[in-house]
Amino acid sequence: MTSPRIVEVRQAILSKNDLAAREQRRVFADAGVCVVSLVSSPGSGKTALLSETLRRLTPRHRVAALVGDLATDHDAVRLRESGAPVRQITTGTVCHLDAEMVRRALVDWDLGALEFLFIENVGNLVCPASYDLGEDLRVVLLSVTEGEDKPEKYPTIFAGADLVVVTKLDLAEAAGYDDALARRALEAVRPGLDVLRVSVRSGAGMTDWLDRLDAARARKRTASSPV
Amino acid sequence: MHELSIAMSLIELATERTQQAGGARVEAVYLRIGALAGVEPDALRFSFEVAARDTLLDGARLVIEETPIVVYCARCQAERTLQTPRFECPACGAPTPTLVRGRELELTALEVHDDVPAHR
Repeated sequence: MTSPRIVEVRQAILSKNDLAAREQRRVFADAGVCVVSLVSSPGSGKTALLSETLRRLTPRHRVAALVGDLATDHDAVRLRESGAPVRQITTGTVCHLDAEMVRRALVDWDLGALEFLFIENVGNLVCPASYDLGEDLRVVLLSVTEGEDKPEKYPTIFAGADLVVVTKLDLAEAAGYDDALARRALEAVRPGLDVLRVSVRSGAGMTDWLDRLDAARARKRTASSPV
Repeated sequence: MHELSIAMSLIELATERTQQAGGARVEAVYLRIGALAGVEPDALRFSFEVAARDTLLDGARLVIEETPIVVYCARCQAERTLQTPRFECPACGAPTPTLVRGRELELTALEVHDDVPAHR
């Protein structure tokens, strides 16, 4: 038996996903569609926020959504009530979406006809953090009922967010939610992070949220317009 | 737990590189995992052991170098290592949003054999 030899590699283990995400980002830029992903733990209100967002955007904008779920299509069914095209990605046992799943789900969609595409990730604060989907805006949700220290427990996902949306604001008082504490926790894992507070039920903060979406789309159009 | 997905990506990449290098099997796999990569080394070891069965990496050793979070402190104008994922400069206390390292999840090297032992 020969003695082993060293083969240098120095490559990211998820380089295939990184590459696929980069390719998706180029496809999205060419199509001029602004892509927003939503990530949170299960039950933080991703589907509720998305459902209300689709309802408010569909009269003015061409929007569509992809929704990742382990098994059921309940979320997709809920979201279709808005009238926007919604496609489900069933991940089976996989606890996150990856760039290739997104690519396959979009294969026969005319992205050029869309202004916004939303991607609802599988409810999970750990696994999605490792997988870039090629989105323009990664939004992490934190509901007032799940504890202000969540960001410190899951620093990877919050540190990788472009925007945090605190949800279920209408329950803040009943949940004893301490906003200053939550903000300190977010600031600790990502200084300067943009944080919004919304309630889908009361409508509080929804205008700010829609403004952020418009701003993201405007940035994208400026970035992708020919010089 | 996504460590199984990561283990499978790792095995795919390592198999590709081993074959390119003309190797027949892998003795050891050298990884670098940042403290902010979101991957648990122990969970990865466990997943790897299972996923590597009947591949060129069956029985291979995982050698994991865990690397800390390194940020840039604008006030000190220096790179600082953080012991916890709390983004403030350990020297001056200023917020440090600029991440220099800590998210890496990298296959650094492989120790390969050019032959397969008879007992396998």
